[in-house]
Amino acid sequence: MLIARLKAGGPTLAKQGILVAFILFMIVFSFMSDRFMTTGNVMSVFRQATIVGVMALGVTIVVIGGNLDLSVGSMLSFATVLVVDLHDKIGPELAVPVMVLATLCLGAVNGFLIGILRLNSLIVTLGMLSVIQGLVLIYSGGQNVDIANQSETWFRVFGRGAVMGIATPIILFVGLALFFHILMTTTAFGRRVHAVGGNPVASVFSGIPRSRIVFLTYLISALCVAVAAMILGSRVMGSQNNVGQGYELQVLAAVILGGTSLLGGSGSILRTVLGVLMLAFIQNGLILMGQPYYTQWLVTWAVIIIAVWLDVAAKRGRLLSPIA
Amino acid sequence: MSMFSNNPALRWLMHNPIWGFVLLIFVFFSLSADHFFDARNLQNIVVQTSTIGLIALGMTLVMINGNIDLSVGATLALAAAFAVDVQSWAAFATWGNWQILPAVCLALLAGIAMGAINGFIVWKTGVDAFIVTLGAMLGIRGLVFVYTGEQSFYAANFAYSDFSMMSLGPFPVLAVIFVLAVIAVHWLLSRTVHGRNTYAVGGNREAAVNAGIRVGPHMMINFMLIGFLAALSGVLLSTQMGAATPNLGRDYELWVITAVVLGGTKLTGGKGDIIGTLGGVLAIGILRNGMNLMQVPAFYVYVILGSILIAVLFLDKRFNRTQNGGLRL
Amino acid sequence: MTMPHTPALQLQGIVKTFPGVRALDGVDFDVRPGEVHALLGENGAGKSTLMKVLAGMYQPNEGRILIGGKTVAIRNPIEAKAQGVVLIHQELSLVPEMSAAENIYLGELPRKSLGRVDWKTLFAKSNAILERLKCRFRAEVTVANLSIANQQMVEIARALTVDARVVVFDEPTASLTDAEKVVLFDIITDLKAQGVGIVYISHRMDEIFTLSDRITVLRDGQYRGTLDTAATNEDEVTRLMIGRSLDLTRHEAPPEFGKTMLEVRNLSCAPLFRDISFSVRAGEVVGFYGLVGAGRTEIAETLFGLRSPSAGEILVDGQPVQITNPRAAIALGISLVPENRKEQGLVLHMNCRDNMTLPQVQDLTSGPFISNGAEIAIFDQYRDRLAIKTPSWKQSASVLSGGNQQKIVIGKWLSMQPRVLIVDEPTRGIDVGSKSEIHTLLRELAAQGYAVIVISSEMPEVLRVSDRIVAMYNGRIMREFDISEVTEDNLVQAISGIKAEEVA
Repeated sequence: MLIARLKAGGPTLAKQGILVAFILFMIVFSFMSDRFMTTGNVMSVFRQATIVGVMALGVTIVVIGGNLDLSVGSMLSFATVLVVDLHDKIGPELAVPVMVLATLCLGAVNGFLIGILRLNSLIVTLGMLSVIQGLVLIYSGGQNVDIANQSETWFRVFGRGAVMGIATPIILFVGLALFFHILMTTTAFGRRVHAVGGNPVASVFSGIPRSRIVFLTYLISALCVAVAAMILGSRVMGSQNNVGQGYELQVLAAVILGGTSLLGGSGSILRTVLGVLMLAFIQNGLILMGQPYYTQWLVTWAVIIIAVWLDVAAKRGRLLSPIA
Repeated sequence: MSMFSNNPALRWLMHNPIWGFVLLIFVFFSLSADHFFDARNLQNIVVQTSTIGLIALGMTLVMINGNIDLSVGATLALAAAFAVDVQSWAAFATWGNWQILPAVCLALLAGIAMGAINGFIVWKTGVDAFIVTLGAMLGIRGLVFVYTGEQSFYAANFAYSDFSMMSLGPFPVLAVIFVLAVIAVHWLLSRTVHGRNTYAVGGNREAAVNAGIRVGPHMMINFMLIGFLAALSGVLLSTQMGAATPNLGRDYELWVITAVVLGGTKLTGGKGDIIGTLGGVLAIGILRNGMNLMQVPAFYVYVILGSILIAVLFLDKRFNRTQNGGLRL
Repeated sequence: MTMPHTPALQLQGIVKTFPGVRALDGVDFDVRPGEVHALLGENGAGKSTLMKVLAGMYQPNEGRILIGGKTVAIRNPIEAKAQGVVLIHQELSLVPEMSAAENIYLGELPRKSLGRVDWKTLFAKSNAILERLKCRFRAEVTVANLSIANQQMVEIARALTVDARVVVFDEPTASLTDAEKVVLFDIITDLKAQGVGIVYISHRMDEIFTLSDRITVLRDGQYRGTLDTAATNEDEVTRLMIGRSLDLTRHEAPPEFGKTMLEVRNLSCAPLFRDISFSVRAGEVVGFYGLVGAGRTEIAETLFGLRSPSAGEILVDGQPVQITNPRAAIALGISLVPENRKEQGLVLHMNCRDNMTLPQVQDLTSGPFISNGAEIAIFDQYRDRLAIKTPSWKQSASVLSGGNQQKIVIGKWLSMQPRVLIVDEPTRGIDVGSKSEIHTLLRELAAQGYAVIVISSEMPEVLRVSDRIVAMYNGRIMREFDISEVTEDNLVQAISGIKAEEVA
């Protein structure tokens, strides 16, 4: 009886593995460091996590739709350099919409190649990673860009501002997370993204416009990058050409940790938020414990593999793979 | 098409379009960049290509298997750090130039070990190689930082950095090593049972399992091979620099995958070869070198390479359109 | 043909169950050395399952396997091969980018020192086998460049690498031309002369009667008997195969039909089908009967906007229409319950309700949100109407039985209120009980005024549900039958490409 119960409980536990692990980490860190569970620290971690976080929301939707997006990192470089550079040239009122439009155009290129031409998303976005990185360098001539008057522009609100004591980036992140969560769980669009990612053939047989849905997921991803670029550009008030380098993998790590399957069709925005926060809190906790920042990479390695392993094991009903 | 099929050279090019591109840019740069066709520059190209090229050889095996390895850049950095650091250990202080030997061995073993870890996890957990090696990419980079304490190491023994300058007759030793590795892996893939099974596992995994091929250990061996090759690449790179930095090899995985895909290897597995991969890495090497000589900013190389990658995918799709049996899905 | 040998292979009382289905229910079967033993049964009768048990791909829940009189356990295909049992798959299991020779010796490539492949031996042995099979290609050629028929030959060549006691051919002629069939039959005769036991699975009576010595019939996973080919005829076999209840269950008394809902004139989609003309009236069920690959599914896909016709016209409600995608088809009131439930019909890990409302989810909204109430109302309505057994709408579609999964797909399309409902292989892989429920349902739908097209490879099914039957062969309509004039004989003749005498 007990064994049967445990057996039944095992998979359920494994499914909630990320939540369990998150709570465990939080408890351990709170014991190890007094400063960990203070409002100031938690808020600061949250604020740090927003850039990866906002991008991870978009990538989650792309991945639920059955594709990948590796181009978000260089797209972030592109958008940040553009908005910072245009800020002094045409003013923030124009710079922000121009940047958003330009970033959406890049998303549309991804969407066209992957959604409409049906090319492999991993390779297309890998190619776009390279193309966009080149475009950034060409645009900036290899120079880093800065905003001249950093204290007086209203553009500072995105990265440095606060509303009722809560930092704007956090508000943006939480707001977008809720918006996309609602979009994905309660609207026809969300349902259709799940269907296209879960079984593209059956979706077409159900009359779902598969190309259009995939196209839109890449537009959403680009939109998220644009928001992340506003936060980043406004926080730093300047930008390096390669500021977004490596972000695509942090983002993907967070999405995977949140339990979104790379095969498409399943995943959740809220659990991605959990994945993002977990990575951020691991980093912060280890630093508070006096560990160098790179220890987090080792921990992340283990956490990602164990999390996905448990997920896979729960689905197949046995721990080890049946491969001979 | 039929007019091509008579000439064997043209037919070969049809199957290896990347070599057509290599030829094209080779001729282009020979005509338009002053020093491109100098023997010295051509040697340079091969040496510059060898770093990514060695890893690309391993990536070809892993990708034909239907897997991928994103951790190669970190493995390269780990091996470089070992190779440069271990030779200055006190234990080997009296070994003279022989102190390099244990250092290099340890570096290569570290690479094999990292590959073994990846392969073992893929085998036993059944988690997708993309995820496993994405984790390892972070984790191994963490190991590098832990080991180096964020410091760069410099080779104390000048013989080590002199090695990269050595030549065997007219050929730089690094180029010779790369060419030997190309031949060895090509031989492995096209002539040995293991190599042929690599295609079987990637091309039709169920058929391979039914035919009694032990898929798990097989994939692990290929991960160990790519670990070894990434480590070898790291060692050679550190001889060129006379140093190892903890951030060495960042983004190399992207370049390597680009090269391998340009060479015609399929991400889904079962298809590809070393000839194509060699074409892929040479295309990247020649482009970078030639544009550098023509003083085109390096930025354009990114744009051109990315565009070519997507174009190759597009053309491939055009020519193999019959997959859904004509159904509009 | 009585040879008092020990059977080369014997299966006794094999039982194999899958969740929700008893695929094999105490099946006995044996093959003697040097005989061709045909295994017959409809789709879903359990033939392929039985052979997978034999090849070690499935483990039976009960029963014994004896080889050469000794009980053996076959845990995987390698052990089966080591015992001399070779299965030639219906689906090709080849590695496309490798040479034919490497495929033939997959997993057992001859070696030289240093782990090198001994190409000389490999090609010599493979070419010898291919010559024995009278293949006109060399073993060096890459499999991806071979025609499907030649790929099948490579598959067959695999069986000849070992000293086979028993070779199982699972529908080997499905993709072969007539000339290639002759070669295959020669090979089988040849193997037989060498004392190998042959199991031959097929639907095609003519082949079975030319080739086999004995015939065993399965129906719904049960053993129905073994006959000596010389002492029986097609009628007897057919009766065993489809059961005596056949005539009783035939649909009778054609009701009054309404106006023509769908008409197709000279529709072609080269090379899949040519010159197809038919019409369906409201309240009528038209059955499309034919062998796999006769072009029936492709017609349905064209009507649903998934293929572009190369010629001809489609009229819905008397109006000529262009159907360029499934949305257009849905808008015209055409629904398609596709052939492959799991790949085309369902998003398996989605829940039942979401699957059912998928084609219309964008219309079930209140404000920007999906209206939960409207969705559940639709689900409840069709769950009750179709008697879908599921604990709740939240259940993932993947855990339901085949029959209930199929009902979800049918419910999905009924809820679109179609005028024309196309149902492709509605009962494939479904247990007997659900089968008859679905048959009854199709009749009821017609009675309610739907125009229904049923595509099926099972004769009792088309006979039971149809008012008219369109018989297809090789991309063409051979004959159209009224249910009152159809007999098993003329139906079988029509779909085998033999022109019935009535047809001018």
